[in-house]
Amino acid sequence: MAAGRMVAEQAKTSLPVRRLDFKTKLLTLVVVLANVLGNFSLSWGMKHQPAKLVDSPLVYIQTIFSPWVLLGTTLLIVWLLARMTLLSWADLSYVLPVTSIGYVFNAFLGKYFFAEQITWQRWLGTLAIMIGMILVGLTTPNTTACAPEGRR
Amino acid sequence: MKWVMVGIIVGSTVFADLLQSDEMKRNVVAVEDLRPGRIGRLLGGLARRGPLVLAVFFMAISFFAFMKLLSIADLSFAVPVSAASVVLETVLARWLLKEKVNPLRWAGAFCVACGVALLAV
Repeated sequence: MAAGRMVAEQAKTSLPVRRLDFKTKLLTLVVVLANVLGNFSLSWGMKHQPAKLVDSPLVYIQTIFSPWVLLGTTLLIVWLLARMTLLSWADLSYVLPVTSIGYVFNAFLGKYFFAEQITWQRWLGTLAIMIGMILVGLTTPNTTACAPEGRR
Repeated sequence: MKWVMVGIIVGSTVFADLLQSDEMKRNVVAVEDLRPGRIGRLLGGLARRGPLVLAVFFMAISFFAFMKLLSIADLSFAVPVSAASVVLETVLARWLLKEKVNPLRWAGAFCVACGVALLAV
């Protein structure tokens, strides 16, 4: 990690800020997509499992290794690693609202694939989340001095 | 039962996120570390950091509680309601992580929280 830090420090002056912003936005997209598709796969697997979850660990283990739950778990591991990296580049108070666009996608997936009821309150909530995400997206991603621009 | 699961998810997520954010800011991941040849070394480095391991432990608690919640509630309820942590985490990010949360960001977090509340209705 120290070597990576040194390389990044050297690159500090040569890497254009615009490229770094692009990388942050690209990683944000990866975080959102991995989370949405992971939750969808997980939900699909849980809804279509033959046995109901009880307080037995064995049933949990059997469920985890069903294909859809396994896919969902894999995607959520990708999400976890991508999000950890994103948290090293941007503030927690930036990452949380900006990635909340995923809730909107989840609402759409719930409606179209699981025929879940989406009331007008839920659509209004979706709109509020999008507005919140846009407002936070207008702020500077990293306000702490711990992560210099060139190290991203 | 549903709200107990929501409480476990929110509590463990807040703790895990604060730990992750603090630790990742101390050891920033360089773009070069994300290349396929270096990803193994990156993962090994992450696995050796105590606070990150603790964060993953709390995320695992959140994950299993989330699985249970999905089995007893709609996806369109389970996912948004678990975002109740956004405002709490923004407040704690300001106080504990010393992030500069300007009015625009507060407004954004507030909108997200309102959205979450509406989605949970």
